[in-house]
Formats: sequence, structure tokens, C-alpha cells
Amino acid sequence: MIELKDIYKIYSDGDSEIRALDGINLRVSEKEFVSIIGQSGSGKSTAMNIIGCLDVPTSGSYFLNGEDVSRMGEYELSDIRSRTLGFIFQQYNLIPKLSVFENVELPLIYKRMEPRERKERVERALEKVGLLDRYKKYPKQLSGGQQQRVSIARALAGDPKLILADEPTGALDSKTGIEVLEFIKQLNREDGTTIVLITHDHGIAYQADRVVKLQDGKIISDEVVAK
Amino acid sequence: MSIKQAFILAVKSLSASKMRSFLTMLGIIIGVASVIVLVALVDGFKQQLVDQFESMGTNLISVSIPGRGGNRGVTPDDVMEFSIENAEVIGYVSPVVNVSNLTVKNGAESVTTTAMGTNEFYPEIKGLEVEYGRFLEYVDVERRQKSCVIGTYIANELYQNAQSALGSELKINGISYTIVGVLEEVQDSEEGSGDDIVYLPYTLATGLSWNGRISSYAFSAAEKELVEEAENRIRAFLYSVFNDSNAYRILNQSAILEVVNDLTGTITMILVGIAAISLLVGGIGIMNIMLVSVTERTREIGIRKSLGATPWDIMSQFVVEAATTSSFGGFLGIALGIGAAIFAGNLMGVPAKPSFGAVAIAFSVSVGIGMIFGYFPAKKASRMNPIEALRYD
Repeated sequence: MIELKDIYKIYSDGDSEIRALDGINLRVSEKEFVSIIGQSGSGKSTAMNIIGCLDVPTSGSYFLNGEDVSRMGEYELSDIRSRTLGFIFQQYNLIPKLSVFENVELPLIYKRMEPRERKERVERALEKVGLLDRYKKYPKQLSGGQQQRVSIARALAGDPKLILADEPTGALDSKTGIEVLEFIKQLNREDGTTIVLITHDHGIAYQADRVVKLQDGKIISDEVVAK
Repeated sequence: MSIKQAFILAVKSLSASKMRSFLTMLGIIIGVASVIVLVALVDGFKQQLVDQFESMGTNLISVSIPGRGGNRGVTPDDVMEFSIENAEVIGYVSPVVNVSNLTVKNGAESVTTTAMGTNEFYPEIKGLEVEYGRFLEYVDVERRQKSCVIGTYIANELYQNAQSALGSELKINGISYTIVGVLEEVQDSEEGSGDDIVYLPYTLATGLSWNGRISSYAFSAAEKELVEEAENRIRAFLYSVFNDSNAYRILNQSAILEVVNDLTGTITMILVGIAAISLLVGGIGIMNIMLVSVTERTREIGIRKSLGATPWDIMSQFVVEAATTSSFGGFLGIALGIGAAIFAGNLMGVPAKPSFGAVAIAFSVSVGIGMIFGYFPAKKASRMNPIEALRYD
């Protein structure tokens, strides 16, 4: 599913250069649930941006679902994001002036899907996160946990092969955090969606099947979690 | 994203901040309204001028012959003969003697007016209509009968009304004339207007004018299309008499109309140019707000990009939003402009009719301005880096 080969991401700032990713090699198979853990500055955000096709590496190659992303231009990146990816963010990142329904519908619009199919998909996704009855509400009218569930619905509405979750529980209290995490696990178990979760929290990271530790732009450990 | 979707989204985001949207539109509203009002007023004014000229007869050809005291000259009989010989192009002709500042009296009451000495054909040439009685006739002119036809201003000033004026006596320079006709009102019966006039047989009027001459002739072409041909023949005839093209002047109505058209055209251009500046200012206002809006919505742009929006999607969203703002402003401006044009027209006594052309142009220009001035902010939005945009607070 994911294949990172010798990925370098170097930001040069005049004389000094920052190696955000310093030779990363990583393979993630289909239906895996992987956590990437690291302190701030470890390069995990950069890794997430590259895996999420929001950015391209300075060097190295990245194959997502067999496609070479590392040489893609803006339009191809938009296209592959639209076709294969779903994002869940720490700050939910819902658009405040759009209703729950419209927020979930958004990625489907960018997929150029017909309105009737969009409606079906949105309803299915909202049903899955248990918020179908709130479809007319606006993000402000929902609790943090509910907003994150809306963003999960948005991520899965387009049937992505890969969901990237960036600190999905970071803004939630521990109880709701666990609930949200359960949803994500369920997605992986029941739908077979590949999940890459990025966090700094060990407790969260070890909910996954596999934990990759990043430090100073390098992978320092890659272990399978014993259940 | 389809244009329809972008439009729905634009309406949503505009209605989310109504006050700001309204203020943004204000420049466009004022610009569009002023274009419509100005064009309507100038058109109305022009129509008024044209109507006035046309009411004087579109087939009219005026010939003026300033006196030089030489022994060469034309007599009314010469001119008559020439007209009859050229009857296929010339309809009517009348000598015209203009006597200004003439005091006319009915008993003790008097007014100062203008008298015109003409023959019986003058109403045909100028399109005059007689309301009561009749116009001068051949015998009046030929026998120098003391008959006159008056305008409604004179009738109202010196007599109770037009009907009672008919058949009464009017004293011109101490000599009594019989009023044989009262003309139709042409201009509100005001002093100095077309209704402030007395028509006399030209054969008598020459005695009232300071030089005792017939200073000009009014011709009418047999048909509108023949005006030019008639004019050429008149010119040739006059040249054969005077052997000097400076001795006479020929003016036709369509030449005057052309001048009016040119003049109002220029006025329209200038005024619309000024109004267009306010449209431009409105466009800059839209660009300004769109730039602010793009910055404010940086995070939204990041989210949309992460969800698969292409740069084109983002750009079309903002361009459509700008175009929606300006076209909505355009609609309001059209409504305001039509209302204001009718109101100002009534106030100024000008038949201001908002023209469809002006409305269509003002509207399409306003949409165009939205798109042009929305393009730059939209381009900026579409180029945003999704990672930075997502991190933006």
C-alpha cells in the first residue's frame, strides 16, 4: 500500500539545512493499522504530509497503491488525495459555515460525484459514526467528540484505501478520545481500511497493530504490537 | 466542483456576512446605477432635442441671404418659379421675414413678441397645426390683407383664451390686424417659447422689419430622401444668381440632427466614462475584500485541498464568489438606476427611459469586473500550500 524508499525532506534556510526526514524506508501493507510515534521535531508531521500526498520529498521515492507520488505535480496530488486518501485531523478541521451534511459531502464533490450518489454516501458515513440525525447541524452546535466523528465520516465517505489520522484524539478528553479511537479501529477491522495514525502519545500509539518510532528524521524502531 | 456548486457556496458565504457583502457591493451598485441614470438622462435629453427639431419638419431646408446692398438678388417670384420648375424635389417654399422685439397690443394690454412674415405654405414646411380658425391664405399674402395668426401665448396674454382671440383685432405698430387663426400649443405657452409668435403675410412683414428685406426662405423637400438633392438644386440656383457661394447659407434639418447626435454622443461618452470610474473603484473594493477573505479562509482552503480540491476548484470558488458579489451588486444597481433615472427624469422634465442596452452593458461589465478583480485573490488562494494553510490559525 505504502512504500517509502530513501525519503529525504530537507529544508534549507540559507547556510543551515534541516533534515526533517533523513533517509526513511517504510512499507505498509494493505489493511494494516500503523502508528507513527515521535516527539515534536522528530519528523512525524513531515512524514504524514508526504504520506498524505500534501507534499513531495526532496529525494527518494514514494509509491502509494502502486503510483509514484514523489514526482507528482499539484493536480496529480489533488487527484490522488481525492481518490485514495481520507484525513482525520487533531483540530477536526470542519468548515464552520457548512452543515454536517455539507462537510461530509465535500470530498465527494471534489471527486465529481453525482448528487444522488453523494447523498447516499454521506448518509451511510454519518450513520456509521452515529450522527445521521445531526446532519442539518453546524459544527459549532456539536461537542468536540461529535465534531471528530463528523470528520471521521468525512474521511470515510469517499471510501478511501488509506486513512491518515493526525493526533485524532489530541483535542479530546480521554473518554471521548477512546471512543474516537474505537471508531478508527473498527474502520480498520470491519472495512479493511489501511490506517496510519500519527501521535506523540504511547498509550494511543500502542492501540495499533504496529508502531514505528521516529527520531530526528530517522526510524529508530519498528515493532509489531503483541495483542 | 461545478459552477452551480460554487455559486451556492458563494451565496452562503456572502450571506454569512451581510453587512460586509453589502459594503463590498456598494461600489458596484453606485457604478451601475450611475451608468444607467446618466445614459437614460442623456438619451431622454437627446430625444427631446430630436423631437423638437423634427417637429420643425425633417424635410426643412433653410436658406438665409444676408443683405449686402448690392443690386443682385432674388425676388420671391424668382424663388417661386424655381420651386415650380423643380417640383419633383421641392415640396413647398415660403419667404421668411423675421421681425423680433415687436410690440403688439389689444387695447391697453401689450406684449413684446416675434413676428414671422410667411406665405400660405409655411405650416406645411414647418409642421404647424392651427387649433382655431385658419392659417394665412393666398389672398392674404397676395392682397396684403391685414390678417394674422397667433400663438397660444399671445392669445392667453392679450385675450381671455384662444377662442375669444379668434376674429379679434391685434394692433401691430399701431395698425389693426384681424386674428384669423390660433395655432396649436407647442411648448407650454410660455414667454419666448414657440407659442410666443405672430404670423403675418410676408408682403406686410417686410414693412415691419428694419431693412425691409426678405432675409431667408424656408423650403421643404418633396420627400425626406430628397433633402440632399433639393439642397443641391437650391445651391445651384443661388449660385447662378449670386455667383458667390458666400452670399447665402443653406442649412438642412438632417445636418442639424447629425450635429445633435454627435454632441449627445460625446456627452454620453464623457458621462459614462466618469461612471465607469466608479465601477472600477467598485471592482477594486471587491478585490480588496476578496484578498482579506482569502487570508481569513486560509485554513478552509487547506482543508479543501486536503480533501482533494484542485487549484482550479479553489480558484473557481473564489472567482465565482467575486462574480456573484459583483453581479448581485449589479442587480441592485440596475434596480436603483432604473428607479433613479425615472425619478430624476420627472424632476428635470426629461423623458428618461432606462435603455435595455445600458442595463445589459452595465450588468455584464459588473460581472466582468468581479471576475477580473476576483481573479488575482483567487489565484493567490489556489496557490496556497495545503500544509501551511492547514497549520494557519
